[in-house]
Amino acid sequence: MQTELIQEARRQAEICNACRYCEGYCSVFPALHANRAFSDADITQLANLCHNCRGCYYACQYTAPHEFDLNLPKALAEVRQASWEDYAWPQPVARVFHKSGAALAVATILGFALIFAAIRALPEPTGQGFYAVMSHSAMVAIFLPAFLFPLMSLAVSLRRYWRAMGGGVVTVSAIKSAFGSAARMQNLSGGHGDGCNFEDEDRFSQARRHAHHAVMYGFVLCFLSTSSGTVLHYVFDMPAPYGFWSLPKLFGVPGGILMVIGALGLAGLKLQADPKLGDASAWGGEMGFNLLLFFVAATGLALYWLGASTAMPALLALHLGSVLAFFLLTPFTKMAHGFYRLAALMRDAER
Amino acid sequence: MNTSFDIAVIGGGNAALCAAMTAAEAGARVIILEAAPKPYRGGNSRHTRNFRCMHSGPLGPLIESYCEDEYLDDLLKVTGGKTDEALARMVIRSSEECLPWMEEHGVRFQPSLSGTLSLARTNAFFLGGGKSLVNAYYRTAASLGVEVRYEAKVTHLEMEDDRVVGIDYTHGSETHRIAPKAVVVASGGFQADIDWLARAWGPAARNFLIRGTPYNRGEVLSDLLDQGIEQVGDPTQCHAVAIDGRAPKFDGGIVTRLDCVPFSIVVNKDGDRFYDEGEDVWPKRYAIWGRLVANEPDQVGFAIIDSKAIDLFMPSVFPPIKADTLEELAANLELPPEKLRATVEAFNAACGDTSGFMPTELDGVATNGLSPPKTNWARPISDPPFYGYSLKTGVTFTYLGLKVDETAQCSIGNRPVANLWAAGETMAGSILGQGYLAGFGMTIGTVFGRIAGREAAAFAN
Ligand SMILES: Cc1cc2nc3c(=O)[nH]c(=O)nc-3n(C[C@H](O)[C@H](O)[C@H](O)COP(=O)(O)OP(=O)(O)OC[C@H]3O[C@@H](n4cnc5c(N)ncnc54)[C@H](O)[C@@H]3O)c2cc1C
Ligand code: SF4
Ligand code: SF4
Repeated sequence: MQTELIQEARRQAEICNACRYCEGYCSVFPALHANRAFSDADITQLANLCHNCRGCYYACQYTAPHEFDLNLPKALAEVRQASWEDYAWPQPVARVFHKSGAALAVATILGFALIFAAIRALPEPTGQGFYAVMSHSAMVAIFLPAFLFPLMSLAVSLRRYWRAMGGGVVTVSAIKSAFGSAARMQNLSGGHGDGCNFEDEDRFSQARRHAHHAVMYGFVLCFLSTSSGTVLHYVFDMPAPYGFWSLPKLFGVPGGILMVIGALGLAGLKLQADPKLGDASAWGGEMGFNLLLFFVAATGLALYWLGASTAMPALLALHLGSVLAFFLLTPFTKMAHGFYRLAALMRDAER
Repeated sequence: MNTSFDIAVIGGGNAALCAAMTAAEAGARVIILEAAPKPYRGGNSRHTRNFRCMHSGPLGPLIESYCEDEYLDDLLKVTGGKTDEALARMVIRSSEECLPWMEEHGVRFQPSLSGTLSLARTNAFFLGGGKSLVNAYYRTAASLGVEVRYEAKVTHLEMEDDRVVGIDYTHGSETHRIAPKAVVVASGGFQADIDWLARAWGPAARNFLIRGTPYNRGEVLSDLLDQGIEQVGDPTQCHAVAIDGRAPKFDGGIVTRLDCVPFSIVVNKDGDRFYDEGEDVWPKRYAIWGRLVANEPDQVGFAIIDSKAIDLFMPSVFPPIKADTLEELAANLELPPEKLRATVEAFNAACGDTSGFMPTELDGVATNGLSPPKTNWARPISDPPFYGYSLKTGVTFTYLGLKVDETAQCSIGNRPVANLWAAGETMAGSILGQGYLAGFGMTIGTVFGRIAGREAAAFAN
C-alpha cells in the first residue's frame, strides 16, 4: 500500500478525532473515535466503511483554503481504492481495470469477439430461441468458468483483507448486522435520513441512494432470473425460451429495467459531482464500469423485445459478450466494493 | 442586480441568517452582506457544535428535562451575577421553540458527541457541527429569495437623526452604498482586530491566538459606537481559553483545545508553576486558563504529563512533544532543563497517597505543603516517556457590544434608533457581562436573530 496515502488519511483522521463534529453521519466516525492512534490496518478499515457521501466534507470547517486542508472523502477514497488493488488476486489485473475505462471497453469488445468467434466456430446447434444461435452446452462451457473464477478470486481477496484487518472467526450476528445495514443502505441516508451530498455541493439528496438501490436490487433480480432459469432447465427439464409469465422473465425484466435506470442515474450523478472529493484517478474506471452495467442490462432487455427478430443473433453476442466481461472483471472493478463493504461492516460489528 | 432591499443584514453567521430567514418569511426583500469569501462564510458560527436549550421533557436529541430556573442558575454561576435577568429569562424561555424552528430550517441534530456526555441533557448538538448548520441556513435563505453578497465588508452606517440612511460596503476595490429601509447588525465581536485587542488588553494581546474567524474585526461596532449608539460590556475584556500553542493564528477552532491540564503540572517559560492545575473538573476551569497564561511571561505555558496520564483526556490535533527524560523534554520545549527537573521533583515530593486517584471526579488527591498547591489528581510525574504541550491564550470573543432592548432594537441617547436592530455576539453583552456558558452564544444568536428579523420586517413592510 502506498504509505503516503495512508499517512495523509491518518493525518486527517487525527484531526477528526480531536473534533468529532461528524460523529452522526456514518459508521466511519464512531469507529475512528474508538482509537487514539491509527495503524495502517485501522485506516484501511475506515476507508472501506466510507461510501463517499461527502457529508463530512461539506460540513467541515477545515477544508481548503484552511491550512488543515481536510478532505476526508478523498483521502479515504484513495486508500480504499488502493486497498482493493492491493488485496486483489491477481493483483496486476486489478491495477489495470480499476482505473481505466478504456481497458474495460477493450475487455468488453474482446468479450463480444469471443462470443462471435464461438458462434462461428461451433457446429450449428439444433436448439430453439437463443439456443439456435449457441447451444446450451456451449454457453455453460463458457460461462461456468467465467462465473467460478471471480468467486474464487474474490474469496482470496476477502481473506487477505480480513486477515490484514485482524478479523477473527466470523460470527452470525456480525453477518446479520452487515447485511442488514447494507440492505437498507443505512449509511447512505446521511445519519439524518436526508441522504448524501453528492451531485450539488452541500444539498442533501436521496438521488444517489435511490440509483444505487436500483442497480443493486436490479442486479439481484437479474441474478435470480438466471438462477431460476438454471433450475427450470436442470430440475424441471424446461429449457428456454420462456414466456413472460415465467420466473426468469418476471425476475429479469424488472431487474433489467431497474439496472438500466440505476446505472444511468449513477453515471449522471457522477458527471455532476466534484471529482476532487473522490479518487480522481479511478474516475474513468468507475464510469466505464457504470456504462458496462448499463450495457449488460440494456442488451438483456433488447433481447427480450427483439428476441424474435433478425437482430437477435447479433444482440445475443453483444449481451453475452458484455456479461462475460462483467463477470470476469467483477473482482477488478467497482463491483468488488460491495464485497469489501460487507467485510468492513462485519469487521465493524465485531468491534 | 436588484439594488432595492427592504432589509440589509450585516454579517453571515448564525444570528444574521436567523434574522434574514425570519424577515424573508415575513415578506421582506433581504440582502446579507458577508465580509468573508464563500468558503469562510459563517463567522464563528461555523466553528460551533451545539446550542443550549431549555426543555420540559425529552426534545429532539435532548434527554430528560432542563427547566428555566436551572438554566438561569447555571448562567448566574458563570457570570458572577453580571446578567440582565429579564433578557436572560426571555432567551432561555424562547430557546425551547428554537429547536423545532431550526429543524424546519434545515438544521439536523445528533446525540451528544463521545467525550461530551455531561452535555447530553442541556445542549443539542448539530449534526456535522456549525458549518453544516450555516450551510443549511444559506440553502433555506436562498430558497426564500434572500440575496447574499460575499466579500462585502461594511465600513460605515450613515446616520441621520435617529435612523440609518445608508450603508457603505467594500467589495474588492469598489465601494458601494445601499439604502435599505431597515438594518440588522449581526457582525460579531472585534477579537480579530489584534490592534484593537492590544489597545484594550495591553501589548500582551499580540501573542494571543484567535480561535475563530479572522473576519470579525469590529468595523461596524466601532463605527456605531463612534456615532453614539449605546454600548454595553467591558471593553477591556474578552473570553479566552488555553489552547495548543502550535495552533494557527486564526480559525484553529475546536481541535486546538487541550484537556490535559488537570492531569499535568503547568509551568511558565522559566519552568515555574503558577496555579492549581487541579482546582476543578476541566470544563469548569477551561475558561480561566486563557487568562492565567496571558499573565505569564511571553503569554505561554507548558503542560507536562507522564505516560500514566496520556490516555486520560481527549486527543487534540497536534501530537504532544515526547521525550524519555525531563531534560530532553525541556530542551524540546525550550525550557530551562535544571529548572524543570527541580519543579517536577518538588511537585513529586509533595504528592502523597495517590490510591484514591479518580480521573473523572474531584478526588482530593492533593499535594502537601506546595505553593501553589495542586488540590486534585496530584500524582508524581515519574513514568517516562514524558509529554509536553505548549499553551497559549486563545480568544473566543469580546464582550464589548451594542446595547439592545427585548426587541433587539439599538438606541442612541435614550431614544431607540428607528430602523436598527442587532443580534448575536455583537449584542450578547446586553445579556451576560462576563463569563460564558457553553452553547449560550448560539442560543442568543438564534433567539435575537429571529426577533431582529421579525421587528425589522414589521418596520419595513
Ligand atoms: C471555536 C469556537 C467554538 C464555539 N463553540 C460554540 C458552541 O458550541 N456553542 C455556542 O453556542 N457557541 C460557541 N461558540 C461561540 C459562537 O461561535 C458565537 O456565540 C456565535 O457564533 C455568534 O454568532 P454570530 O452570528 O453573532 O457571529 P458570527 O457567527 O461570528 O458571525 C459574524 C459574521 O459577521 C461577518 N462580519 C464581520 N464584520 C463584518 C463587516 N464589517 N461587514 C460584513 N460582515 C462582517 C463575519 O464574516 C461573520 O460572518 C464558539 C466559538 C468558537 C470560536
Ligand atoms: S471532517 Fe472536519 S468537521 Fe468532520 S470530524 Fe473531521 S475535522 Fe471535524
Ligand atoms: S464521506 Fe460520508 S461515508 Fe465517508 S466518512 Fe464522510 S460522512 Fe462518512
